[in-house]
Amino acid sequence: MSEQLNESSRLDQALKGGGLLALIVIAIAFPQVFTNPAVTNYGVFAMIYVAVVSAWNIFSGNSGYISLGQAVFYGSGAYAMGIAARDWHMTGTTVFALLPLCGAVGAAIAVPLGLVALRVRRHTFIVITIAFFFIFQLMAFNLQSFTGGSSGLASPFLTWPAATYNTPFYYIALAYAAGTIAIAWLIRRSRFGLQLRAIRDDEDRARGLGVKAMRVKLSAFVISGAITAMVGAVWFFYINQVEPQTGFDPLFDLTIVLMAFLGGYGSIGGAVLGALIIEPLTLWLNSQPQLGGGSLNEILLGAVFLIVVLFVPRGIIPTGSEWITKLRTRGRPAVIPATTMGTPAAAESGTATSVTSGGAR
Amino acid sequence: MAQEITRAIIDGILLGGVYALMAVGLTLIFGVLDIINIAQGVLVILGAYLSYSLSTKAHIDLFVGLLITVPAMFIIGVVIHWAFIRRLRGTERTSMTLLVTYAVALIIEGILYKVYGANNVTLNAWYTTQSVHVFGFYLPWIYVFGFILAIVLVALIYALLYRTRFGRSVRATMQDETAARLVGIDVNRVAALTFGIGVAVTAAGGMVYGATNAFNPNSGYDLISRLLAIIILGGLGSVGGALAASVFMLTLESVVTIWYPTWAVAVFYAALVLVLLIRPSGFFGRKAVRAQ
Repeated sequence: MSEQLNESSRLDQALKGGGLLALIVIAIAFPQVFTNPAVTNYGVFAMIYVAVVSAWNIFSGNSGYISLGQAVFYGSGAYAMGIAARDWHMTGTTVFALLPLCGAVGAAIAVPLGLVALRVRRHTFIVITIAFFFIFQLMAFNLQSFTGGSSGLASPFLTWPAATYNTPFYYIALAYAAGTIAIAWLIRRSRFGLQLRAIRDDEDRARGLGVKAMRVKLSAFVISGAITAMVGAVWFFYINQVEPQTGFDPLFDLTIVLMAFLGGYGSIGGAVLGALIIEPLTLWLNSQPQLGGGSLNEILLGAVFLIVVLFVPRGIIPTGSEWITKLRTRGRPAVIPATTMGTPAAAESGTATSVTSGGAR
Repeated sequence: MAQEITRAIIDGILLGGVYALMAVGLTLIFGVLDIINIAQGVLVILGAYLSYSLSTKAHIDLFVGLLITVPAMFIIGVVIHWAFIRRLRGTERTSMTLLVTYAVALIIEGILYKVYGANNVTLNAWYTTQSVHVFGFYLPWIYVFGFILAIVLVALIYALLYRTRFGRSVRATMQDETAARLVGIDVNRVAALTFGIGVAVTAAGGMVYGATNAFNPNSGYDLISRLLAIIILGGLGSVGGALAASVFMLTLESVVTIWYPTWAVAVFYAALVLVLLIRPSGFFGRKAVRAQ
């Protein structure tokens, strides 16, 4: 019995490792196989969203505080790069050296915002993030000499050939996506991640057990904000311009939350899957003029969201893994009841299985 | 200068009444259902567009048209509650309802774009063009009429809450849902009707808003963020707080407009942040009855 279980969990691990390796190879090979710029454009945007949704998930998915103001960081990162490049007269690829600065700007913004917004409970927190979002959009409109007002900022021009223009951006976005996923994974396995999830489940009890709630929440918020700001800067350099409505876009906030919920709220794989499904779909819909462009897109996004929340409220990954477990065990419980376990080894591997099957959250 | 300030204060009080109407709906919904209806802003704009259609297509007076739009918005509210909000249960309910109402707002906004386009429109009638002479300056009649309408409707809601059996069950549900259920109140019915009433007042609020401002389908975002600031400042779930906060905020905004027109709207959010730094539950808020 125990050997069988060990065997299957080893097989599980091998499958997972192999799957991960295949995904990495596919992700790296993508722009080499599909060289058409129209296709690689989808890839760049998909990777940008994988990164920002994963960053959202690090804070909101773990702590349970849903941020509807991530565009504050995204837009600020874009503006930070634009303003720095303009004022310091930077051109060409040297502009990429500004990325750490953009991350620092995101973190610097996240600290005061977090100190104010994280004092309140969850639903007020959501509202405050929306309020901050509007303050930032208003600043982008009104601080004209600094942000360029309603006409926005243009990025420095890159003299790359059009045919391969997207490829470097794809790899940069991919690096950010992979890095963010790695950070999310490390946090999930750490004591810090455990503290965050304790806060999500019962903040008062977590505090009573000695978790420094404010410090933990704020750290996650700052990490999430810094990553989002850097990705926002990459996005800005890629599309060459930012305006107050595009940098600080309410649809952006909702889209990333939708992606996370579709894939599985709080699950690392879910965030990635949600971004990979929604972003290419939205881009494709936007490119279909006969569908009426923008407003239909909004209606569809809202409708998909409602369907997900009402019918698959836990998202694809948790629901899917539940089904797979059911299929594999053919209705028998995945965890063998403790009474039938003879040896300690069996008990150990039994818990291991239960963790992997229910480990999405 | 003194005259300008007087004018700004009168403007603020009159418009504050209209905002109070919209904010009362929002805060009532929060008090009973424990959710924040992000769609409230877009619903106000929907109410304004309904009035617009009635007045341009059927040539019905804006105030008379309310007899049609208020019940229509009530039904829309009950339907939204029945279709989307009633179904949500469990620990993440508050967060989920926020997202659901956000999605509803997006859908309504998209439909409004499809039907009416992105151009700014205004509601017109004799009282939006003719003015009344008070304290040495001219004020369109709509400000006065709108204020009176808001006072009447808020008074009606007060009467409903404090003078009727239904109002008593609403207040009971606000205080303690489980206890209300135990004494035999049909909490689901109370929730559905409250949501309907909270949305119905947006028809009146939207009409006055549309008669005093140019609007397009996108105006809902600006409105909802103001309304949220108002109800948080007033204390979530407090009707009196929402009234006081909307008059206070609108007066503050219109006074600041004299000197800094482009920054006036930031006053809203700045006030919100300040208040939360001092008192995380808002000014009139109940103590952490509903902590989560």
